[in-house]
Amino acid sequence: MGEFFRVLTDNGQLFVDGFTNTVKLFLIAAVGSLVLGTLLGAMRVSPVPALRAFGATYVNLVRNTPLTLVFAFLVFAVPKLDVNIDYFASAAIALTVYTSAFVCEVIRSGVNTVAAGQAEAARALGMTFAQVLTLIVLPQALRAMVPPMMSVFIAMLKNTTIAAGFSVLEAGAIPAYMAERGEPQFAVLLWITIGFLILILPLVALQRFLERKWRVAR
Amino acid sequence: MTTGEPLIVLDAVNKWFGPLHVLDDVSLSVGRGEVVVVIGPSGSGKSTLCRAINRLEPINSGTITFDGQPLPAEGKPLARLRSEVGMVFQSFNLFAHKTILENVTLGPIKVRKEKPAAARERGLALLDRVGIANQADKFPAQLSGGQQQRAAIARALAMQPKAMLFDEPTSALDPEMVGEVLDVMTSLARDGMTMVVVTHEMGFARHAANRVIFMADGRLVEDASPAEFFENPRSERAKDFLSKILTH
Repeated sequence: MGEFFRVLTDNGQLFVDGFTNTVKLFLIAAVGSLVLGTLLGAMRVSPVPALRAFGATYVNLVRNTPLTLVFAFLVFAVPKLDVNIDYFASAAIALTVYTSAFVCEVIRSGVNTVAAGQAEAARALGMTFAQVLTLIVLPQALRAMVPPMMSVFIAMLKNTTIAAGFSVLEAGAIPAYMAERGEPQFAVLLWITIGFLILILPLVALQRFLERKWRVAR
Repeated sequence: MTTGEPLIVLDAVNKWFGPLHVLDDVSLSVGRGEVVVVIGPSGSGKSTLCRAINRLEPINSGTITFDGQPLPAEGKPLARLRSEVGMVFQSFNLFAHKTILENVTLGPIKVRKEKPAAARERGLALLDRVGIANQADKFPAQLSGGQQQRAAIARALAMQPKAMLFDEPTSALDPEMVGEVLDVMTSLARDGMTMVVVTHEMGFARHAANRVIFMADGRLVEDASPAEFFENPRSERAKDFLSKILTH
């Protein structure tokens, strides 16, 4: 047991650095994919056929591509086009691009839970598409979107570990460093597991809070 | 009641739902202040006709003109036109996440950019007019069907529309609530509002309409005064329809 805690205390800085980067990657990609995913979702329900087609193509292309491949494109292929981005930025972009496709589908399924008559009544009042979406449809769709959206974000938090394979020091990179230092892998991996569980707890609490807050009478 | 240029003009309007010819060469004009009741068997295209006037249903051919302007195809001009045409739906469609007063003030504030205080004042007056001022702070789900439909009428009136479209406004109501909604509509008609009303309420058609339009199979079969239509229908389809609904 003492050995188990020693692994953490002896290598505290590495754990702190690793998990700090994990949280940074997560927060940047969460905000980015929420914005991009909402835009894509709006495209998919818009009255303009070209926008709908673009949204559908994006989702089908990105959602069906392995995340490792998306990372590889940004880290190895994009620099060949003489675009200079560092590994951390590449990882953040890869996660955002990938997760947006899933966020888009969560938004779209939430929109589909709102009765068509709501949007129709809003249009009949003379509201623009953006007003119909932001004032009438999305507020009523939020509650239905919370549980699947949280699943997407929890999956994304875990997906940050793929960045370790592309030279970003985050939680997923800790085992390799520890192996070099000759630390026991069993303890290292257990600590990383505990770290992720702790990070995910606030997300679960947030989900409960939002579900309660957005409870509406129908 | 009818003065000058007609407000709504449909000219040779056609619409198909797949192979179904739901509006078949329909021409119709509605004068300012006129109350036109559209009746007919279900599937005759009367709801589609009503919804085509503010382009909730696009048409395949023909023209629809509102207040001298052809209906815009999309975007801001279409939104502006819709803001001038009030619409009342069979299923009320009040915004479920907003209070009754918010339902009534949202359009004026967001679409017309009116000051919230002014919109609120007019909203409360309209709710009072339709008899539900005491329900202003409740949510739609807390109201009866009749109250919800009266709130929906107030919401449409809050935009100060040039015309009102009613798409079977009483068909989803319990029988004892039909009267309260028809009373509001009758008083609107008396005040000179231009109205197109799709309904099965023959009593309303008789006493509040200036004209009755009878539709069958997507075609406009009769266009007559209520007295003429109910006492002396010319077509077999209308005679048949009236015999089915008036015998019991």
